[in-house]
Amino acid sequence: MNGGDRPAMIELRHVHKWYGAYHALNDISLTVGRGERVVVCGPSGSGKSTMIRCINRLETHEAGEIVVDGNALTGDLKQVEAIRREVGMVFQHFNLFPHLTVLDNLTLAPIWVRRMRRKEAEELAMHFLERVHIPEQAAKYPGQLSGGQQQRVAIARALCMRPQVMLFDEPTSALDPEMIKEVLDVMVALAEEGMTMICVTHEMGFARTVADMMVFMDAGEIVERAPPAQFFAAPESDRTRIFLSRILGH
Amino acid sequence: MRAFSPGDPRLRAALAQIAVAASVVALAAYLVHNALVNLAREGITSGFGYLYHQASFAIGESLIAYTPADSYGRALLVGLCNTLFVASLGVVLATVLGTAIGIARLARNWLVRQAALVYVEALRNVPLLLQLIVWWDLLRVSAPPLRQAWQPLPDVFVSVRGIVFPVPVYAPVYRWMGLALVVALIAGWAMLRWGRQRRVSAAIAAALVAGLPLAVFVAGGAPLAWNRPVLHFFNFVGGASLSPEFAALLFGLTVYTAAFIAEIVRSGIEGVSRGQTEAALALGLNPAQTLRLVVLPQALRIIVPPMLNEYLALTKNSSLAIAIGYPELMSITNTTLNQTGQAVEAIALMMAIYLAISLVTSLSMNWFNRRVTRVGP
Amino acid sequence: MADAFLANGKRPEPARQAWRWMRANLFGGVFSSIATLLAVYLIARAGWALADWAVIHAVWSAPDGRACIAASGGKGACWAFLGYWARFILFGRYPYAEQWRPLVVVVLFVALLLASCARRLLGWRIAVLWLAGIAINLVLMAGGVAGLEPVGTDRWSGLPLTLILAIVGLALAFPLAIVLALARRSSMPAVRALAVAYIELVRGVPLITVLFMASVMLPLFLPAGVTVNNLLRAQLGFVLFYAAYLAEVVRGGLQAIPKGQEEAADALGLGFGRKMALVILPQALKIAIPPLVNVLIAGFKDTTLVTIIGLFDLMSTAANAITDPRWRGFYPEAYAFVAVIYFAFCFFMSRYSQALERSLAGGRR
Repeated sequence: MNGGDRPAMIELRHVHKWYGAYHALNDISLTVGRGERVVVCGPSGSGKSTMIRCINRLETHEAGEIVVDGNALTGDLKQVEAIRREVGMVFQHFNLFPHLTVLDNLTLAPIWVRRMRRKEAEELAMHFLERVHIPEQAAKYPGQLSGGQQQRVAIARALCMRPQVMLFDEPTSALDPEMIKEVLDVMVALAEEGMTMICVTHEMGFARTVADMMVFMDAGEIVERAPPAQFFAAPESDRTRIFLSRILGH
Repeated sequence: MRAFSPGDPRLRAALAQIAVAASVVALAAYLVHNALVNLAREGITSGFGYLYHQASFAIGESLIAYTPADSYGRALLVGLCNTLFVASLGVVLATVLGTAIGIARLARNWLVRQAALVYVEALRNVPLLLQLIVWWDLLRVSAPPLRQAWQPLPDVFVSVRGIVFPVPVYAPVYRWMGLALVVALIAGWAMLRWGRQRRVSAAIAAALVAGLPLAVFVAGGAPLAWNRPVLHFFNFVGGASLSPEFAALLFGLTVYTAAFIAEIVRSGIEGVSRGQTEAALALGLNPAQTLRLVVLPQALRIIVPPMLNEYLALTKNSSLAIAIGYPELMSITNTTLNQTGQAVEAIALMMAIYLAISLVTSLSMNWFNRRVTRVGP
Repeated sequence: MADAFLANGKRPEPARQAWRWMRANLFGGVFSSIATLLAVYLIARAGWALADWAVIHAVWSAPDGRACIAASGGKGACWAFLGYWARFILFGRYPYAEQWRPLVVVVLFVALLLASCARRLLGWRIAVLWLAGIAINLVLMAGGVAGLEPVGTDRWSGLPLTLILAIVGLALAFPLAIVLALARRSSMPAVRALAVAYIELVRGVPLITVLFMASVMLPLFLPAGVTVNNLLRAQLGFVLFYAAYLAEVVRGGLQAIPKGQEEAADALGLGFGRKMALVILPQALKIAIPPLVNVLIAGFKDTTLVTIIGLFDLMSTAANAITDPRWRGFYPEAYAFVAVIYFAFCFFMSRYSQALERSLAGGRR
């Protein structure tokens, strides 16, 4: 269940969610410790995205508890906003703000949420732009960048809020193949610095490199969880086996 | 130039265009000829000379000075001013009301959402003329008679004759105040454009716009005499008045156009992809900040062109005032052509004026689109 | 109110579900709760006042206006007014004995509108049905054949007149609109200039000015001795006006078709005419149907303007009924009746157009 003896950063206990009659999340229980890297995989429609979107309340869970860094996630808006400050998210379709420059995209939240002064926020933004290797794009607009560059900007934007946890929702699925590597490199570097992360992805090479724990979901349930060595070599469940054979086949 | 050969598509195209142009010209010539013959037979003169003749009819309300001894041209100018007056007021009010209802359509509260929906559907599916007539009857029939006028504020009276209210007596210092306002607006704009710190510049600009005219006012001795309406036998004397016709036209146009603007605002906000909202929320921005910093700037881009169309529609719809007796461009043109018999010139002139207003709106829209697409995405 | 954008799912437990829905949607915050209470109060008061006027104190039958007012004590609606005048408001000056004909006309139009909702019929079949329907209706109204007594167009009034103006107007405007749209896209500068000039000129002026032009100026442009009746003038004004708006709708549809379609048709050797008729226009018109219905709704509402140029449409008949000496001043009843009729037609058409738009958008993603 737990990745060793690390303090728990995120806990999901018996979480359920329905869309009408469709049971999207079925008794999900998961603990992610501080500094732990979890990779979630599974066929489409298995609820992986729904699960991590529940963690920062972009979706609402209907039964069970979600606790982030000791704070329970409820409907209280102030509580939710406090949690969102500490949880960073990177989306499949980047969702950069097209009417703002790259620099403004990064400084928006620090200025308006953390009440930083503009100069400070801009220094912070440039620092992270250098971390993702595109400081020269600061004055450009998102529409002028390639997909890989946009996603790296999105990662930098999330990092500017200095989150405790980073959630990745299929960050490379919308990218052209030649740009996937540049984004994965950034994510690997982030992992090596000790960032707690939950990553929904199909990139198994990345998973093998970085993950402390693999989680396989299917039809709204967690079917299997194991360290990558065991997960890839000897999966316990048949469903996991079938999924792996499909995704690693070519 | 290459030699033409038979069957050359350019030759065919050229011939086709000549044929089309020729037939259009021939048709126009035929119609004009008929018109001239018919007009001559009726003894009606042609040309725009009538604009200089005496109008000999009274106009109920006017923004500029007018008497029946003035020319038709001046009467038309009065009509145009009235049209622009009611249109500009209507545009401002409709935008405010429409935006509020458009946002209400997306509110969390179910009752608010449904109320906005009922408003929009009820007003969009009933003809404007019917609504104008209902407003007009409401204001004429339900308003209290002159002697029992309703008095919501001191010196403001509402009755079947309309709304009368006090106005300040003109003093020369007002002209200087107007000038001060213009100067303050220009200075404020300059500050915002080139100022260093956003917040400080904005504060200074606001202070200027509010304070400079006020300072001039005080320096001029603060003259404030009121022209109050007083009830004499048949009507109020003094002050300024808004007729029931004007009020009906203004309310009717505002409320009707607001329903369309509400839908434009709603689809503009909904047109901003959900991912934008999610990204903003995920960063920790609260819903109000999300709306203000991320959604609305992008929504405005979608909203402005159709909004300008609605403004144009409102201006054109003001011509329905002819049915309720407000003397704007259309009604005065109608009276003019009834008196002079020169229908062609009168209608052509009126159409030209509306076309000019249309053109200005189209150009604004093109300017806006170019400006918006120049930047970024 | 700004927290409008959070997601909300449903759960299978009904009782808790209703309570949680109310909590979220009606009492989600301080402002929301205040709004709910205020709205409930206002709706209750307005609803009660309306019920009071329209039902409780209403008078359902009375011999004349004064008796009606006396019976209700001045506090209630006089539905007896409608009992007496509804037929006049609907059919106007049409000869009393022949009023079954305009009734059939209205029913036929309504049937055609309903039939247009059946997706399967869309295409040339529905167009043929409409043309046949319009022809039958015009013959019914005018008479003079098949033993029907002739009725002059100056007697056509009320709802059938409104429907004819709108539907015939748009039916005739449509082919003109297609010609204009194609002309606007033409590569021949003279043709394009003419089309642009016409469209921009017509769209820049209010409909009432075009109707005035048609009503007042048309006799001037015709040779002496040729007269055109008032209805025909108004109809012509409508057609010329709406052709410009429909042209823009068709142009939008044409622009939405990928260039590849035209290239494929050209590559197959289809001439301009066949390419347009068989490949381009069918696709363009299908895309253009929702905005087209919106134009029809606008046109239907705009028929009220013919009141101003002396035609006796639904609004004129109502205004006339109000001024009758024995039934004076029943504005709310008359206008409510007329408003409900307009609302019914327009609302139905707009729902249809929205549904169509949704289904078309879904299919083409």
